[in-house]
Amino acid sequence: MPSSTQGRQPHFVAALEDTPIVAIDRLDETQKASSTWSDAWDSMRRRPTFWISSALILLVVIVALFPTLFTQTSPTANCLLGNSNGGPEADHPFGFTRQGCDIYARVIFGTQASVTVGLLATVIVTLFGIIVGSLAGYYGGFLDAIVSRIGDIFFAIPTVLGAIVLLSVLPDRSPIVIALVLSIFAWPQIARIMRGAVLSARNSDYVNASVALGVSKFKILIRHVVPNAIAPVIVIATVSLGTFIVAEATLSFLGIGLGGGIMSWGNDISQAQTGIRTAPQVLMYPAAALSVTVLAFLMLGDVVRDALDPQARARR
Amino acid sequence: MTETVTETVGQNTNGAHTPLLQITNLEVGFQTQRGLVPAVRGVSLSLYAGQTLAIVGESGSGKTTTAQAIINLLAGTGKITAGEILFEGRDLTQLSANEMQAVRGRQIGYVPQDPMSNLNPVWNIGYQVEEAIKSNSGLRGRDARQRTIEVLKEAGLSDAEDRLKQFPHQFSGGMRQRVLIGIGLSARPKLLIADEPTSALDVTVQRQILDHLATLTRDYGTSVLFITHDLGLAAERAEQLVVMYQGKVVESGPSQEILADPQHPYTQRLVAAAPSLASRRIQAKKNEDAAAPAIFSAGGTDTALIRRATDRELAASGTDLISVVGITKMYRIRKSGLKYDELLAVNDVSFGVKKGTTTAIVGESGSGKSTVAKLILQLENTTSGRIEFDGRDLAGLKGRELLNFRRRVQPVFQDPYGSLDPQYNVGNTIAEPLLAHKVGSSKERQKRVLELLDQVSLPAATQFRYPSELSGGQRQRIAIARALALKPDVLVLDEAVSALDVLVQGQILNLLTELQSELGLTYLFITHDLAVVRLVADNVCVMQKGRIVEAASTDDVFDNPRELYTQELLAAIPGAHFEFGR
Repeated sequence: MPSSTQGRQPHFVAALEDTPIVAIDRLDETQKASSTWSDAWDSMRRRPTFWISSALILLVVIVALFPTLFTQTSPTANCLLGNSNGGPEADHPFGFTRQGCDIYARVIFGTQASVTVGLLATVIVTLFGIIVGSLAGYYGGFLDAIVSRIGDIFFAIPTVLGAIVLLSVLPDRSPIVIALVLSIFAWPQIARIMRGAVLSARNSDYVNASVALGVSKFKILIRHVVPNAIAPVIVIATVSLGTFIVAEATLSFLGIGLGGGIMSWGNDISQAQTGIRTAPQVLMYPAAALSVTVLAFLMLGDVVRDALDPQARARR
Repeated sequence: MTETVTETVGQNTNGAHTPLLQITNLEVGFQTQRGLVPAVRGVSLSLYAGQTLAIVGESGSGKTTTAQAIINLLAGTGKITAGEILFEGRDLTQLSANEMQAVRGRQIGYVPQDPMSNLNPVWNIGYQVEEAIKSNSGLRGRDARQRTIEVLKEAGLSDAEDRLKQFPHQFSGGMRQRVLIGIGLSARPKLLIADEPTSALDVTVQRQILDHLATLTRDYGTSVLFITHDLGLAAERAEQLVVMYQGKVVESGPSQEILADPQHPYTQRLVAAAPSLASRRIQAKKNEDAAAPAIFSAGGTDTALIRRATDRELAASGTDLISVVGITKMYRIRKSGLKYDELLAVNDVSFGVKKGTTTAIVGESGSGKSTVAKLILQLENTTSGRIEFDGRDLAGLKGRELLNFRRRVQPVFQDPYGSLDPQYNVGNTIAEPLLAHKVGSSKERQKRVLELLDQVSLPAATQFRYPSELSGGQRQRIAIARALALKPDVLVLDEAVSALDVLVQGQILNLLTELQSELGLTYLFITHDLAVVRLVADNVCVMQKGRIVEAASTDDVFDNPRELYTQELLAAIPGAHFEFGR
């Protein structure tokens, strides 16, 4: 090659001071320890959205647990028909319902039922989904086939439609019953996600390594597979808490949710629809409470997803 | 010599001494949450027309970032913060996105590292090559198709017409890399950037591809910028060499001169650690002064090692600790419907491993070497044949007996990123085998963890770390510590050092031989890298297509290979007989 000789370059050696040589593969001991969960926490606490949504959720939970801290007015007693659809007054900042009850008190006391249904349904669905999904994904074979098909059957039925059919035949419609009914139709989603995550964790090298170390199969599932597969489920669970509250409201609005005697945002919205033109505030306040609560859970779910899914984090 | 060459040379007549590519004080940084992190810190290099230049360095040295900066393909938040990149007198850092697009592909070709992920699996090969040709040449329709076939033929796919409609998964790794090289050269660029173009391939395939690439670039007069971690490859294929360390150039110049007589301490260290066939067994010497730069020698005669080898030979009893007799492993691959294809992964393999020795199983991908490891570890069942450990047949081992076997034979896997549970801190990871076999109280286990960390030369504080905070080499040391926790007799090392940088690899091999003589371990070393085998093994089994084609002592295999296949393997190692300056 004639061209290769034209560019013969000098032998350059950098001064040693420019790049002092460090020991091979030295451990940086100054760095602070971090794990998936502590990294996730670091990422979350830097986001204002996390603090706003957590504060809202905390407030909602306190309201649900101790409604009397927020209002002295009874939501059911002292309802005067003379106040029907009345506007705001002193001590009654949101005005009155059609029955003449205090709207503010009803919104405060309605929190408990709505939040109970949401939390309970989420806990049931998550626990059941995790157990079923991980067993199916980990042991595979016949068990997997059966569980997956049953899941598919329930998955095919829209949650609200299934709940309407089931609730129309059940006599008692307490928050626990509503949560159970919602769970029956919602668990396959979590189970599917868990199964997929378990499948991928099951084939990882660290599971192989543990097998060769002599760790038993079930212990590997509990110690290695589930902890590594659970992150996506937590994300979905946070988001679905909001959707369960909405589902309860929807059912109550349709008159088939919580029993008539139980105060909930859904029931109040349902009762307010008759007067929606003349007294929109009656509907507005419980609806706003519902929206803010659901929004808080969705926002939290968003932050949690970003924190647990590094790829989503890298994109921003 | 083609037209293109005359053209290139013609353009260079006005300035015979102007480089084709000249990088001056290039600085590249990545924006992170903690601010701008510099990756390339003032790199200068020049490449003349028709020359081949290799950038070598360990991972994180900034070699790939430098190459990506040239064609502005920096990942994510990377940004050129200073310096200039002159290509034929034009500063590439000042070009707009559109102007850059015209340079990429047409004037500067790029061959990416991983042939497995750089072809789109949903489009056929013909479509993908044609796409590149259309965007770089303006050819359309039948002309483009014609050119596609030409390009693939040039890249060494003789039956290109028939293969156009095939998809990437129907191609082997080597064939895919040929396609990528074809795409990179399709527009006859003046410069080709090849980022570790063959590091994912077997040595014999690597040799073919590099030979072919050399022929093509010579014919077209293309300059080549190689990014590689392999000093042998650099010595053999590049005229110019740039050694990078911590984002800076520490040494540059004619490659053979540098490698035969390295001047900078870092280059010296790198060259000393490069395993080559010329090197002798590893000298396992504790580094007394940890503060001083650990320049560790792998060459020269070594009394400690020879003594150790003799010790091993003397200690070796007549009987084998592991004896494998005629094992076969058949996989059934489901085809359409109820039909199965049978794949003979391991075919009638027999060998024995004596106590306290190292036996290496060498082969290319698909040779069945890893399957042999899995069979011995009892992670899979043999189809036929017998494996004996310490005189006992392993077939049908259950419950307590299997647990006892697992206690004595421990694995270390290839991928240091995958073999540690990311949710477990190092202390718990190392203690896991102790817990699984119910060894000792929690206090005793804690003590053993610290002892093991010390054995693999990691500070005690490491126990609170999580795998994501550690480098590949450190993780592999944790994996070794975990394997040693139960004081096993045998370690099965499946490509245990293949994913590591040369220096780290040397360090781990050193650690392994040290531990072997200290603890009297028996190693079964599965690898594709013959140079590493030469450093550590006493006996070698060469596998090809599920069979052992040659089995002998290490010296016999290397000095006197009987089988053609072994000879080919040895000849294919880049820079196999280059005398590095040590």
